[in-house]
Amino acid sequence: MTALTLLARPEQDAALRPLPWRRMAWVTWRQHRVALAGVIVVLGGLAAYLWQTGRGIHQAWNFIVTCHPANSATCGQAAGLFNSQYVPTEVTAGILLTLAPALLGAFVGAPVLARELETGTFRYAWTQGFGRWRWTLGKLVPLAVVVAAAAGVLSVLSWWFFAPFFAAKFGTPLAPALFDLRGVAYAAWTLVAVAIGALAGMLIRRVVPAMAATLAAYLALALLPGLWLRQHYLPAVHTTSNNVPGFAWILDQWYTKGGKFAFQGVQKSGTNAAIEQHWCPNAPPSWSLGECLSHHGYTQWTSYQPVTRFWPFQWIEAGWLLVLAALLIAATVWLVRRRAA
Amino acid sequence: MNTKFTIETDGLGKRYGTSWALRECTLAIPAGHVTALVGPNGAGKTTLLNLAVGLAEPSAGSVTLLGGHPAGSPAALDGIAFVAQDTPMYKNLSVAEMLHLTRNLNRFFDQGQAKARLADLGIPLKRKAGKLSGGQQAQLALTLALARRPRLLVLDEPVAMLDPIARHDFMATVLTATAEDGVSVVLSSHVLAELERVADYLILMSRGRVQVVGEVDDLLASHLVLTGPAAEADRYTERPVVHVRRAEAQAHLLVRATADDPVPPGWEAHPVGLEELALGYLREPVAASVPGPARGRHAEPSEVAR
Repeated sequence: MTALTLLARPEQDAALRPLPWRRMAWVTWRQHRVALAGVIVVLGGLAAYLWQTGRGIHQAWNFIVTCHPANSATCGQAAGLFNSQYVPTEVTAGILLTLAPALLGAFVGAPVLARELETGTFRYAWTQGFGRWRWTLGKLVPLAVVVAAAAGVLSVLSWWFFAPFFAAKFGTPLAPALFDLRGVAYAAWTLVAVAIGALAGMLIRRVVPAMAATLAAYLALALLPGLWLRQHYLPAVHTTSNNVPGFAWILDQWYTKGGKFAFQGVQKSGTNAAIEQHWCPNAPPSWSLGECLSHHGYTQWTSYQPVTRFWPFQWIEAGWLLVLAALLIAATVWLVRRRAA
Repeated sequence: MNTKFTIETDGLGKRYGTSWALRECTLAIPAGHVTALVGPNGAGKTTLLNLAVGLAEPSAGSVTLLGGHPAGSPAALDGIAFVAQDTPMYKNLSVAEMLHLTRNLNRFFDQGQAKARLADLGIPLKRKAGKLSGGQQAQLALTLALARRPRLLVLDEPVAMLDPIARHDFMATVLTATAEDGVSVVLSSHVLAELERVADYLILMSRGRVQVVGEVDDLLASHLVLTGPAAEADRYTERPVVHVRRAEAQAHLLVRATADDPVPPGWEAHPVGLEELALGYLREPVAASVPGPARGRHAEPSEVAR
């Protein structure tokens, strides 16, 4: 064996261009097709549930809308039945739709790196010519995008599913529990869930604990915007009118009289009943509390987000979630690149 | 782009927490050799190899491959193939899929050669990698590595888990590849017996330090075993003594000496085998450290231990 002759091989001396990204397509598909099948099962199951129950809801709602005469006993009964029968369904669907991105993040995102690290196969994968950070990016981005797109498709169905409830004035589309179950925000949340899973997998390096951490971290994060963040996306509108525009997301309501706060400390719900009993026991039923109180010289103030801001809010939320997902994936890739085995 | 050295390290060190797994490692492993990295468990062999293939970041110093490419860089990864300890494999992928996977992840992949080799070995393409025997898994990992036509093949404890037949077959494949493809090999092992047949360059490590470096022929030519009366053993001072092994009335001295050096009266000189040489050094991890070249920068490796 001569020490200095090394067999030349094709391209050896060519300038090293990185291997094309498309090489990762088959790799990602082959290694994550079971997880992607799981995505179909989770989202498909949820879609089947929404479709099945949604048809009943739409039928019932159509019956109520077309019911003549509207004030007949039959129609009133139908409306009452709609409330008692379908509100629990709405709540269930809401919970399932909230959990789905968390599950997708845990089952698709978390194992991508955790499984490699747990089984030791990263020592194979990260020493191939493709390079480890490109390998990571080549897996995470397509997976996250595909899963988010699937969630986006589901959000169209959930849009249809919830329509009767909004038509029935059950709540505002901006309501914390419902806002992000529809529209682009839902897809963006799913994207973030997958990115959280990937980072958790890289940090924790074991599949099952990483999945659990993903579920916990996602659900904690998903609660935040509805409670504290979303109402500040755009400055709230204040009005002294008793006729707050329909479907507005009412953030706060208070009363003044003679330039001073009235019923100090008394805010939106709950104790309103006590005020009502005290001031307006005999007011006509068509009056709102504000209308009644204005007859006693009080001014009702309302701070709210108008429903016309639904799409601006969707894009604002989707926007910062997209940035967050990009940061999480970048952090994961950076860790893969930096962190020693 | 021929390169003189496969792996070059300079003051390389790796610390895990407060303990150093490898320290002050300065080496230049020449190309065209089967280099054996030998030492007891915990000597730092795996750490050194992980640093070389870019799976670990140095805590100190630097390591470059194949003529100055930093470990883990695209150019370095492109020229090497690494078979990790216990040959980790995607257990749910079939052999054919492992081939396809490796082909996708690398610039060059000799599919025909890989398939022919697997056929020779009787490894069915449709079988799941997880269903292969330990020996077959190791052979598959080696086949995948060789099909990339690396200039440097790095094997971490490739035969530790294998039975003697599988071990023999594996090493035969490695030897064939070095002969046919001219690939340089660096392999770590704590199984000494297998190495004599394959290795022509030796790096002995213990306690995170490099102890002996050199071409096997040079090392063997520059060491002797002197056999003589045990009582006289302490009085031998003509040449540096690496290790003294006493057996009843007789003592066996592993000394740094050549066949031309005078043998004291009452003593008998024998050539030393690679296993005996390695064992002698490994039993004296501190005292027998190689002077000079292993510590010095860019020393000519074959000059070590003279």
